[in-house]
Amino acid sequence: MTPSNARSTLLMAPALAWLTALMVVPCGLILALGFFRRGTYGGIEYTFTLENFGLLLDPLYAGIFLTSARIAGTATLIAVVIGYAAAYAIAAAPRHRQPILLFFAVLPFWSNYLIRTYAWIVLLNREGLITHGLRMLGYEGEPPSMLYTEGAVITGLVYNYLPFVILACYAPLSRLNPELAEASRDLGASAFTTFRRVILPMTVPGIAAGAVFVFVLSIGNFITPALLGGGRFQMIGNLVYAQFLTANDWPFGAALSMALIAIMMGLLTLQTFAAEKGAGEAREAADG
Amino acid sequence: MTPLLSIDNVTKRFGRVIAVDGVSLDIAENEFFALLGASGSGKTTLLRMLAGFETPEEGAILLDGADISHMPPNRRPVNLMFQSYALFPHMTVEANIAYGLEMEHLPKAEITTRVGEIMEITELSPMARRKPDQLSGGQRQRVALARALVKRPRLLLLDEPLGALDKKLRAAMQLELKRLQHEVGVTFIVVTHDQEEALVMADRVAILKDGRLLQVGTPHEVYEHPANRYAADFIGVMNFIEEDGKTIAIRPERIRIFPDTADRTAKGKIVARAYHGLDLQLHVETDLSQRPLLVRVTADAADRHALAEGDAVTLGWNHTDTRQFND
Repeated sequence: MTPSNARSTLLMAPALAWLTALMVVPCGLILALGFFRRGTYGGIEYTFTLENFGLLLDPLYAGIFLTSARIAGTATLIAVVIGYAAAYAIAAAPRHRQPILLFFAVLPFWSNYLIRTYAWIVLLNREGLITHGLRMLGYEGEPPSMLYTEGAVITGLVYNYLPFVILACYAPLSRLNPELAEASRDLGASAFTTFRRVILPMTVPGIAAGAVFVFVLSIGNFITPALLGGGRFQMIGNLVYAQFLTANDWPFGAALSMALIAIMMGLLTLQTFAAEKGAGEAREAADG
Repeated sequence: MTPLLSIDNVTKRFGRVIAVDGVSLDIAENEFFALLGASGSGKTTLLRMLAGFETPEEGAILLDGADISHMPPNRRPVNLMFQSYALFPHMTVEANIAYGLEMEHLPKAEITTRVGEIMEITELSPMARRKPDQLSGGQRQRVALARALVKRPRLLLLDEPLGALDKKLRAAMQLELKRLQHEVGVTFIVVTHDQEEALVMADRVAILKDGRLLQVGTPHEVYEHPANRYAADFIGVMNFIEEDGKTIAIRPERIRIFPDTADRTAKGKIVARAYHGLDLQLHVETDLSQRPLLVRVTADAADRHALAEGDAVTLGWNHTDTRQFND
């Protein structure tokens, strides 16, 4: 081992130890838990079974996975569109104003997640601020039902994770040489074609990073669906929560968790591959 | 005959700063024209107005007699080669070059033929499938050039085209650009701060200072007959002698040492010498000017006179080789 290798190992050791003790080991335990049986009165019966994982294919549970994926997917799409536009606007602002704009974009992060989500209840409530506002404009009918809908859950997820997308998209957009867009215009492209063929392809890594972030955090989320979905739209997170804390079926909860982690890992691996591919291609051809 | 390009009394301000100040200029078809100036002279702003990235506040830009002052860059038959080259990093060399033709919605076969042709001329064919980050600086420069030329523009604008290259390559590319210009028959306007580059490449040179046009002429005219003191000092090296309230200017290569005959002679002392291989440059102190006069002595003459620091020399020159300025 070279001295610099030894030094970097030493520097990484605390982080590795921390992650191993508090991340890898507990995950391993949860995974193991999934292969046991639920005891008759709760608790765990230590006999090997694949039942819990088999149960995942049950239409009821598979359906919840699909619903979760749909909600997370919709939230991701909306967050990416809004977030990219915001990041684009920030990157186009004068240099000295960009830090303050970014600061405002991430400002909601500085308050508690739960409080932020509760604020939406105040807004979306049947007699909440939005209904109030409509009344003031002369609306007389039934108050719109907004809270405890899928839309409310998606709204909450988009709101909470939007800053991630803005930050992820801002990075490549701010690094883009403005002469590239000018060159495209000079070569005869319209503003839209320039965006589609030059700016967008060059910022895909940022979009992918932001999208995976929102999707992964959304699909496992249980606070937002519980508060804004009113329990009617159960997502996997709620299901896992219920298995561990109310149904007392830890082995099935463990199997659900593992399935969720597998989905997340799969997506993160894909994203890493996609990011690496571009860099790898460049290296390969430079060697050749 | 109407000139290809007419810049008619064009002015452009950025806030309170006046970047281009009432510039008028005609450029003929097939000319290789250089806009020469120090940074802040307005040469880049002028170029950006020709490309369509800035619009003049006053005056007009006419191409083939038609006012294009307010035409967006994607509609002008004018292309710009950017100083940074601005190659699309996610596209291959071939795709970069084809991009501009795709924007014209030409048939695929024609695009392929024209891209192939221009890659042949610029010797890029072996690099067709590479991405810009797999190319050397000189290759990147040729891609940028090919990408602009393949569109067959009426006018090609080049912003410091050789600025990013090392000295040897730059010298080779100066001639290469000239050859290419002849081969494709396109009018070139080059922006540069490098006076030597402008003299070597251009048919005509315009010298800009503080947004104003100081002088326009052939390289020979601007070098031998500078219009004023700034132009004389900016192009090449110039000695200035103050005499009777007038400024006399003379080029270092026009001053001879130990002349047999000369209209004017002066005695002096060598205070510094710099060997340049091709010639020897002497700094000679005389009572004609505060700063020592710079004298370029050919290797041949240097050998004959065995010149050393501290030696006394006699300098001489002819009146026909001097210029006189009243400022």
